[in-house]
Amino acid sequence: MSDFLTVSVLLATLASGIRLATPFLLAALGETIGQRSGVLNLGVEGVMLLGAYGAYYATLRTDSILLGILVSLIVGGVMGIVYGVVTLALKAEQGISGIGIFIFGLGLSDLLFQKQVGTPTPIDGLGDVAVPLLGDLPWVGEVIFHQNVLVYVAFLLVPVLWFVINRTPFGLNVRAVGETPEAADSLGVSVDRTRYITIFVGNAMAGLAGGALALELGIFQQNLTNGHGFIAIALVYFGAWRPSGVMAGAMVFGLVSATVLQWKTLGIVVGTTASIVGMFPAVLTILVLVLVSRRTGQPSALTRPFERGH
Amino acid sequence: MRPATAGAPLLELEGITKRFPGVVANDRVDFDVRPGEVHTLLGENGAGKSTLMKILYGLYQADEGEIRLRGEPVTIESPSDAIEQGIGMIHQHFMLVPTLTVAENVALGLPSGRRLMQDLSPVQQRIRELSEIYGLAVDPDAYIWQLAVGERQRVEIMKAIYRDVSLLILDEPTSVLTPAEVEDLFVTLRQMTDGGRGLVFISHKLHEVMSLSDRITVLRGGRVTGRTVPSETSREQLAHMMVGREVRLAPNRSESDVADARLAISALEVLGDRGTPAVTGFDLEVRSGEVVGIAGVSGNGQRELAEALAGLRPVASGTVVMNGVDTTTKTPKEIRRLGVSYIPEERMRDGAIGEFSVAENLILTSHDLPPTSRRGFLNFKEIETGCSDLVRRFTVKTPSLETPTSNLSGGNIQKLIIARELSGEPEVLIASQPTRGVDIGAAEYIHTVLMDQRAGGIAILLISEDLDEVIGLSDRIAVMFEGRIMGTLGQEEATVQRLGLLMAGVSEGEE
Repeated sequence: MSDFLTVSVLLATLASGIRLATPFLLAALGETIGQRSGVLNLGVEGVMLLGAYGAYYATLRTDSILLGILVSLIVGGVMGIVYGVVTLALKAEQGISGIGIFIFGLGLSDLLFQKQVGTPTPIDGLGDVAVPLLGDLPWVGEVIFHQNVLVYVAFLLVPVLWFVINRTPFGLNVRAVGETPEAADSLGVSVDRTRYITIFVGNAMAGLAGGALALELGIFQQNLTNGHGFIAIALVYFGAWRPSGVMAGAMVFGLVSATVLQWKTLGIVVGTTASIVGMFPAVLTILVLVLVSRRTGQPSALTRPFERGH
Repeated sequence: MRPATAGAPLLELEGITKRFPGVVANDRVDFDVRPGEVHTLLGENGAGKSTLMKILYGLYQADEGEIRLRGEPVTIESPSDAIEQGIGMIHQHFMLVPTLTVAENVALGLPSGRRLMQDLSPVQQRIRELSEIYGLAVDPDAYIWQLAVGERQRVEIMKAIYRDVSLLILDEPTSVLTPAEVEDLFVTLRQMTDGGRGLVFISHKLHEVMSLSDRITVLRGGRVTGRTVPSETSREQLAHMMVGREVRLAPNRSESDVADARLAISALEVLGDRGTPAVTGFDLEVRSGEVVGIAGVSGNGQRELAEALAGLRPVASGTVVMNGVDTTTKTPKEIRRLGVSYIPEERMRDGAIGEFSVAENLILTSHDLPPTSRRGFLNFKEIETGCSDLVRRFTVKTPSLETPTSNLSGGNIQKLIIARELSGEPEVLIASQPTRGVDIGAAEYIHTVLMDQRAGGIAILLISEDLDEVIGLSDRIAVMFEGRIMGTLGQEEATVQRLGLLMAGVSEGEE
């Protein structure tokens, strides 16, 4: 344990915690905007897998990480349109169709991987970018300002999303549509249009979250995300549908995961103990959700399809 | 009262027809509104009033007919079209977002221009100005969930005034207001018509219709069955036009022998859904042969009181004694077995199961007792005869006993529930909103049944928001406000005004 409690190891653990939190954060922020408009998307995991594969494949073929990021966004956006049509135009049950999206994404990403790539081939992942000046700060610079570009993007999206939801006319529409769609409709706000936009944006962010995961690891494999998408949904509840709360949740997960990884690397936990400790993040999910099972902040119209005149 | 304003109509609806599967909701309806007038659309539930107005507001599309605004034919395909044409609507249920502030609710859907940021300060400013002008006390920064129903209604009005609508539709706007709030609302509405706006007032409350309207159009079964003005008609005539036959508006009350107490509530405290006290320090006694009315604006603990008495909600403290037995901690079934019946306020949620047949709903409370069942088997012969008898006695209109209950009209479902509740020959009846949303004919019948039961010696606790009903049926009236009894009035001394003050939380002598 004394190996762990050294400044350099602790700083490295913190930095890796922030990095590990990024995919959770991107996916959970995307889910937040969708849920604020009243749409639950349980398919985040599937969209993340497709986004991860898209980013991996594009980068593998073109050596352009930027193109990889772009592809993951587009793949996510396309899945958003699919999900929007299924839940808004066809008014399918949101919980069930989300599970369908998950299974679809899980299967398709693996199928494409087997057909197009076959053997796992590593790619050059995202490199760290030091922020000028801030990156030179002692300790803080090392932990926060020596990260890859998607980490910065994810954390900058927290205030951006807060602003959009709370300070723009579009955000007002989103909040109204998520709480009382009838009221919004009666004032001429298009419920479906608002929800299409939030679903599109939310899924694009889920795709990007998958891309972030693949590009950080520099690899793709079957079920690469391994539950990230589902934990991201839980984080939305944990964060009480607020971007800052979601960020806090993502940080907790990132740090716990990083600590467990560090302990394994240092040999603090070995064998069976390591496996048990490896379950910490999952156990934490359950515990946290039990403890914060208050529903304050939950949009009243969540999962409820809107039909005019009813 | 004023003469109907002359001049070119603001709105004309001509030959509007709307069909739903199996029913013609509007059958060649003509209707117009002139600037500066209140034109009332009167009719029972299902007469087609709301459908007509939903067509005007773009929520439904008419199958036939024409809408003209200021003489020009228009097509209104969505609420946004209606808003663009200067039409506003106050819906029967509040169209407010509880988690947003008043200003945010007002600003919702307003054109925002190309600005990225929402600036609410001009909206707040304008709301304050309009509050002054129209005497509408609303705080732009308050959240809707913090407001009482009367205040919420003012926010709805504010939304319409803010948009400067030229035509405002009000769909049953008074159903949740106290008499004093209704008066205030009418003052505001008059101020709106003085500015040249046209108002469509939808209601089935006859005295309100008589006091507010310039003109009245009556709908029945989707057709116009009468057009009149208040000075040339009476409540009885209006009721006749609504129902199509002679109606007795006030039930016949006969003398009845009041005997010993059947229901005694003392120091009752019941918690609401959020765990805060909904009923506190409640004492009441109902004797056999007596109807005790509970008046009050909804949400003042009436529902929790009824549920606690029926055993559906735990009693926090205090005692309930029915028929001489302490039922404070008894289960609903044990309470029923003591001769207590319960007509719940939410018909389709707590009173009957929509997917069940008429017969199945009629035996819901007796299916495990002989003669309905023996040794764990249902006795279908007995059910058939018993239920046919109940359907006949209580004039439930149904094609058959096997018909799914949800296919019946509201009035007939209510009669079915009353038939079931009275079939066990109870000694105590808790009746919650027994005629809410039912047609006048069924309401008249239900009142007669309740009066008969009273004469037969049952103790009846009548919880109702309909003041005419409470005054007409009760021997004594207790007014509930914030979970307590604000005051109790005898039948002779109870007037709408006195009850109204108590309902607003003003105790007698405090005025």
